[in-house]
Amino acid sequence: MLVYLIRRLFNVAATLLVVSAVTFGIFFAVPKLTGSDPALMYAGRETSETALQGIRVKMGFDKPISEQYWVFLKGIFVGRDYDAGTEVTHCAAPCFGYSFKSEAPVWQTMLDRMPVTLSLALGAAVIWVLAGVATGVVSALKRRTAIDRTVMVGALAGVSLPIFFTGMVAPAVFVYSLGWLDVSNYKPLTEDPLAWLNSMILPWVTLAFLFAATYARITRATMLEVLGEDYIRTARAKGLKEGVVIRKHALRSTLTPIVTMFGLDLGGLLGGAVLTETTFNFQGLGTAAVAAIGQGDLPVIMGVTLLAALFVVMANLIVDLLYAVIDPRVRLT
Amino acid sequence: MIRRKQALAITAVIAALSLTAACGGNDKKADGSDDKGDKGYSGATASLVNASDAKGGELKLWSPQDVDFLDPARAYYGFVWNLQRLYIRQLYAYDSKPGAAGTKLVPDLAAGEPVLSNDGKTYTVKIKDGVKFEDGSPITAKDFKYGIERVFAQDVLSGGPTYLIDLLDQGQKYPGPYKDTDPNKMGLKSVETPDDHTIVFNLASANSDFKYLLAMPSSSPVPAGKDEGASYTNKPVATGPYKVESFASGKGATFVRNENWDQATDTIRKGLPDKVTFTVTTNPDDMDQRLLSGDIDLAVDGTGVQQAAKNKILKDANLKKNADNPYTGYIRYFAFPQTVAPFDNIECRKAVIYAADPKSLQNARGGPTSGDLGANMLPPGIPGSDKKYDPFNLTSGKPQLDKAKAALKACGKPDGFETTIAVRNNRAPEVKSAESLQAALAKIGVKATIDQYDGKLSSSTIGSPENVKKKNYGIIVMGWGADYNSGSGFLQPLVDGSFILPNGNNNYTEVNDPEINGLFKTAAAAATPEAAAPFYGQINQKVMEKALYLPINFDKALIYHNPRLTNVYFNDSMGRIDLAVLGVGK
Repeated sequence: MLVYLIRRLFNVAATLLVVSAVTFGIFFAVPKLTGSDPALMYAGRETSETALQGIRVKMGFDKPISEQYWVFLKGIFVGRDYDAGTEVTHCAAPCFGYSFKSEAPVWQTMLDRMPVTLSLALGAAVIWVLAGVATGVVSALKRRTAIDRTVMVGALAGVSLPIFFTGMVAPAVFVYSLGWLDVSNYKPLTEDPLAWLNSMILPWVTLAFLFAATYARITRATMLEVLGEDYIRTARAKGLKEGVVIRKHALRSTLTPIVTMFGLDLGGLLGGAVLTETTFNFQGLGTAAVAAIGQGDLPVIMGVTLLAALFVVMANLIVDLLYAVIDPRVRLT
Repeated sequence: MIRRKQALAITAVIAALSLTAACGGNDKKADGSDDKGDKGYSGATASLVNASDAKGGELKLWSPQDVDFLDPARAYYGFVWNLQRLYIRQLYAYDSKPGAAGTKLVPDLAAGEPVLSNDGKTYTVKIKDGVKFEDGSPITAKDFKYGIERVFAQDVLSGGPTYLIDLLDQGQKYPGPYKDTDPNKMGLKSVETPDDHTIVFNLASANSDFKYLLAMPSSSPVPAGKDEGASYTNKPVATGPYKVESFASGKGATFVRNENWDQATDTIRKGLPDKVTFTVTTNPDDMDQRLLSGDIDLAVDGTGVQQAAKNKILKDANLKKNADNPYTGYIRYFAFPQTVAPFDNIECRKAVIYAADPKSLQNARGGPTSGDLGANMLPPGIPGSDKKYDPFNLTSGKPQLDKAKAALKACGKPDGFETTIAVRNNRAPEVKSAESLQAALAKIGVKATIDQYDGKLSSSTIGSPENVKKKNYGIIVMGWGADYNSGSGFLQPLVDGSFILPNGNNNYTEVNDPEINGLFKTAAAAATPEAAAPFYGQINQKVMEKALYLPINFDKALIYHNPRLTNVYFNDSMGRIDLAVLGVGK
């Protein structure tokens, strides 16, 4: 188990290294290779040589690409110095550099935005797993009944409707027309739990609606398949109660693909639920990435990309570890 | 008898129809709105709406665009300059009055008008007594000089306007305070501070626009001891009625009362709300919904509501009375680089101008509420402008194909030619404008290909004359607004030959005409901005005679404000609701 874990962590590190190199290559090296001066992107309307040179030095464009990449990597582990003009300050590890736009450390920006994305992703995940799996199971058990058809039509709608549609309709109906919820903006949980909850309900439901639909359909399909397996027939023949057969035997097997999917989905969302954050004006990691891409703020793009990749590979690792818990046949070696 | 009855019936029907037609004619306007609801519409463009001195409350400002910088030396966005009226002051500022009065500069931190000497080359300004920074320390002449010196540190503080360097460096190559060898960091020679209350600017030649530069945020005082260089943008030191309590890039800022601001020293600002919040949104349609529902007060970016809200406002009298459709000070246009054939030939340029469909171009930008049909290159409000000057009859709103074909013939391309239209990919109205022109040009045999380039790279794409020539960009779509309310502030970067740059160039047509360049010099030497205005009118005429530009429209925006706001008016120098006097009612 320990060897397995060490090997997987090594793989995580290697994956992140590749992701960082590719991202760095795309955003830092490509402009240089195509002969365009990336400093011009930051200069705004005034493009004096003094300003351009200042930007090159500050962003590291004056150094060879390999050195720039090395400085970036080193900063993550040991930090690096930052010249603000008046004084040189040390950016402590993990230092992903400074945003060119805000002059703020990228790591600080990500920490500041992480609670928003965590609130959104985790809350929605609870809803979509519970709702999706429950409806999928009910649908499978009530196969070819009105309940099954109704649930599956709902699931189809959920899969079909894009977030930017449901995200616009939901506030228009529940906030501005019916008035069931207050007009709100994201409030941190630590500041005002009730306002936080009020601001989270619609984004959670909107995001969960999309995922729950997928989970319901997968759960139903897998459950139906499992219910046809020999060991289920054996369990029933042994006289086990139907509830026990479903919970202990059928559901456990059904969960394996669900867990795999959940790990990938949650990992991806933790890196930023871009559409939901944008629609509901949540200043999370997703909107930070979108804004940074719009402005060409390379250090922020690098930081968010790496963090998102970290979430995905770690989620994958956790899922693999969970397999052993869910399915006794799996051994981690 | 029957005939009489029939005649009466016909008369009645005609009368009824005429009445209906007359009513219909009055009701519907070009923008699709009703006249019935026009009471109060655009009221704030001409006068102060909802006057009040009541204090308190929170002014909620939103914007889909983030600030560029809060640092006065680095900010360049127009709406940020408006926001800065809340927390920083300069020697002079635009008066907070509606109409033409709002374009006049009045003393702010200065005790009075500058004293000019040495043939108009020396400006001596006295500083008001009792003015303080947010920490209570007095604002001195050295703080002004230091603030101006920071602009010279372009290696650290890039982003903002650099006019002050152009006028005050005078060959010194001053590197800014961070590399200043003077122990007091007061090494800029053209600015002197004989005492704490006096600052003297020595110009190389007289310049009637210099006061405008002193009114820019980049001329704000900065206390050297509190300067954090590039990081200063996160907590600039306040001199206005509010100070920055918090700021997070991409999220917003909170401004709270500056206890060391004294209303007695300020004739421009009112400082009414207890708190001002600025929120950046990622969803402009949601912002509009909040605005119309009264949850927030104003979309401060000044680009106007989105199409969905626009339709709603124009059809609802109750909403429309809180909306305005002011000029933004911008002009939208096509430029014809003369280095790209066949636009080196004036007749080919004229052919494109005549072939364009002005009404279609206006619709591409969002219809009549997005701006009046452009007639020339100097928008209303800039001294020297004349909206009626329309040498190409563009305000007729129709393509003039006969004239276009005649011009093509005179250009030696009777069957048309091929060219490329360069347009930013992140500006939908500009892309639509390019498509409209492309369709119009096809009617005279000109085949235009649209090249959508990365809008972030404007400086090196269309701003590089070398690249423009290489990519064969015969037509460039762009927009432009003045940095300060003068003909030079608007026209000089566009048409003065000395402003042609290798990168970040705005003189896209690359016009370098000695007569035009000379007129800028003559205007600058004029005693006052008013005396300089006619020269800018002349420059505008020369530019239009050369058919270098096709103006699309004099930009307007449909702005909605929360009816609870007090002292609402559009300042003509900014084309925006002046934040300096806004209050929050109940």
